[in-house]
Amino acid sequence: MKRALLAGAAALLAATALTPAQADDIKQGGTMVVTYKDDVSTLDPAIGYDWQNWSMIKSLFDGLMDYEPGTTNLMNDLAEDYTISDDGTVFTFKLREGVKFHNGREMTADDVKYSLERVTNPKTQSPGAGFFGSIKGFDAMAAGDTETLEGVTVVDPYTVKIELSRPDATFLHVMAINFSSVVPKEAVEEWGADFGKHPVGTGAYSLDEWTLGQRLVFNRNEDYWRAGVPKLDQITFEVGQEPIVALLRLQRGEADIPGDGIPPAKFLEVTKDPQYKDLIIEGGQLHTGYVTMNVKMPPFDKLEVRKAVNMAINKDRIVRIINGRAVPANQPLPPTMPGYDNNYTGYPYDPDGAKELLAEAGLADGFQTELYVYNTDPNPRIAQSIQADLAAIGIKAEIKALAQANVIAAGGEPDQAPMIWSGGMAWIADFPDPSNFYGPILGCAGAVKGGWNWSWYCNEELDKQATAADSMTDPAQKAEREEAWRKIFISVMDDAAWAPVFHEQRFTMRSERLGGPDAIFVDPVHIPVNYDYVWAKDVQ
Amino acid sequence: MGSYILRRILQSLLILLGISFLTFVLLYLIPADPARQIAGRSATAQTVENIREQLGLNLPFYQQYFRYLTGLLQGDLGRSYLQKTEVGALIVSRLPATLLLMLGAIVCELIIGLTMGIVAALRRNTAADTSLMVLSFVGVSSPQFVIGILLLYIFAVQLGWFPIGGYGTFQHMVLPSLTLGFLGAGWYSRMMRSSMIDVLRQDFIRTARAKGLKRTQVLFGHALPNALLPIIAMIGIDIGLFMSGIVVVESVFGWPGIGQLAWQAIQRVDIPIIMGVTLVSAFAIVLGNFIADLIAPFIDPRIKLR
Repeated sequence: MKRALLAGAAALLAATALTPAQADDIKQGGTMVVTYKDDVSTLDPAIGYDWQNWSMIKSLFDGLMDYEPGTTNLMNDLAEDYTISDDGTVFTFKLREGVKFHNGREMTADDVKYSLERVTNPKTQSPGAGFFGSIKGFDAMAAGDTETLEGVTVVDPYTVKIELSRPDATFLHVMAINFSSVVPKEAVEEWGADFGKHPVGTGAYSLDEWTLGQRLVFNRNEDYWRAGVPKLDQITFEVGQEPIVALLRLQRGEADIPGDGIPPAKFLEVTKDPQYKDLIIEGGQLHTGYVTMNVKMPPFDKLEVRKAVNMAINKDRIVRIINGRAVPANQPLPPTMPGYDNNYTGYPYDPDGAKELLAEAGLADGFQTELYVYNTDPNPRIAQSIQADLAAIGIKAEIKALAQANVIAAGGEPDQAPMIWSGGMAWIADFPDPSNFYGPILGCAGAVKGGWNWSWYCNEELDKQATAADSMTDPAQKAEREEAWRKIFISVMDDAAWAPVFHEQRFTMRSERLGGPDAIFVDPVHIPVNYDYVWAKDVQ
Repeated sequence: MGSYILRRILQSLLILLGISFLTFVLLYLIPADPARQIAGRSATAQTVENIREQLGLNLPFYQQYFRYLTGLLQGDLGRSYLQKTEVGALIVSRLPATLLLMLGAIVCELIIGLTMGIVAALRRNTAADTSLMVLSFVGVSSPQFVIGILLLYIFAVQLGWFPIGGYGTFQHMVLPSLTLGFLGAGWYSRMMRSSMIDVLRQDFIRTARAKGLKRTQVLFGHALPNALLPIIAMIGIDIGLFMSGIVVVESVFGWPGIGQLAWQAIQRVDIPIIMGVTLVSAFAIVLGNFIADLIAPFIDPRIKLR
């Protein structure tokens, strides 16, 4: 039933996506106020990598590719068209002509090349450099041997050719990620390390004002190449406001969107209030919360033990603990991700069966272990629930609640954290493709010191299958590729490398005066809100 | 006097050096890896290593500390790992808001604290005295986040007299200043009460009354100025109290000062900012104490600096 519901929700999401015809009827104009707790760290697309600046950067900059608003479907952005060679290693992009940066200069193929070389250059210290690993010449760039990417060629001012060192089916997604945004060389050089405070792009909005610690003001780019976009004339981001304060201000009509979402303490009160029924929007996200079991640390090297943990955890209770802001998980991929297996039911909640498995493993009397957890609510409460479930089958888990960086550091050591509850840290996909849920967190490449594969699970056979799946670049192979990934993730579950617990849902709120399809307020890619398509009712 | 000042300056520098060392050690020992944090979760080991080298994080501890000190002496507090901005510039941009808040707090604590203290002293051992002293006790012992949220709820949310957090106008300033000043007001009321009672017992007060001055003239012309002396010396020390309070108050009210900067940096383990704010706060406290000691003899000539 739940699966059917989810499938329905996904279909609905696709159906309510903003069609261009609808978009044209909306008048431009008006303003909105979005609040955030933290100051914006940076608006440099090569650097910004957090929940808060992700969508802001998408509004200020464009890349070659993007996603249809409110969906995970790729669409052309600065690329008017593209071709992929038969072997899947050469991508040729034809650029839109006449697109201008905020400084008035026209964007050309040289800018695309410059931007890719900038983001991959180790001097830029981009957290996204690793996404470009398949471009030919990346390794030489990463090693600091050169400052040009061998694989990127400017064919003419409106054509850029990118050669890969291996076929990469995710490459179009990579070209849609923020780190691929096209930036003008002269502005980057003018501001140097402060470019992130003085961003210049081709995006729908331009930065008008930034008062550190107080507010940012975005103005509509009058010359934006996509007709009728964006809708609002101005967006003001007010920072330094606790989520509770933000909610109060929204209720008083002083703010339009609480950027950090509805605070957990107020969640039930607000969602049950009929007054706000139409203003609260729920959406899925590409997230899975899971318990890792370090396969290098006994007794988690035994498959029975890992299966027993999977069967011991009462996921429904954990979902209740967080007021139903999630759906239970039975596999690594979230339901909105291509490759999700609708027919897979996972391990049942069965403490007695779990006990039998422990006995089979020779641990009928249970054992002692540690469960690492990020020390911010609700994670310790979730860990306590897991602790109680494990105690019921004889596993005494001591909870280690630490700062986020410390948990991540412990997970990256081969012999430190037997179990980790991933909440608040992992994993949200960087782009809507199943491969992003494998390599870093379940593949051998991630099972290294300082890596994110906290289970230290390394199955070389699956790694081979993953490489094969990512070599299917022909769009005609889409279904076949999805099927390959589906199989990989079910194999991971057969090995019980994780105990998947839930997929978080996002809840946000908008003021009465804002219009736009619900899907853009919980956009799966333009996180948290696709600002470009929000419109004001008072100017219609 | 001159040698005293010189000695105090040297002492202060030593204290600051000690604090910088301690903070640096503590932040060095945190098992967070800044290079990996900057590199992000998709980075290769090579990228992380490059960043570590660029930031000098691969150097031994004493070299890292020495590098930091060298920068510090040139007025360079380093660059934020996550915001990629000069820490010095970040602090300077937020300093005016914090100073304004402190000023507001000083005004609040003086007005409230002194009034309460004087009234309690004049109505000694009455119900008014007792209730004021209970109130001051509450002020001294209440956590600031409780007071802040309470004031916010009553005066901003329910009554709507003030904005719900933010920065910019006089209205924005009232509640945070009250919250920050409340603790000090509690202290001041108790000090003022005992100081006032002491002064009122002095001979010169009796003489003033004897020569026929009005009660109010005696009170405001003679008693108050004398009772105020020890209070003024306290204001310098207040800065230390405020430094711990601003982190809480600025977060509750969304006040864009260095307390909020510190809080956000701590949550994200942005070590250069934590380091910078700690040093600036330590400097402010040392300076505050120094000034308080310097002006003490001017206020009370019985105090000699040596």
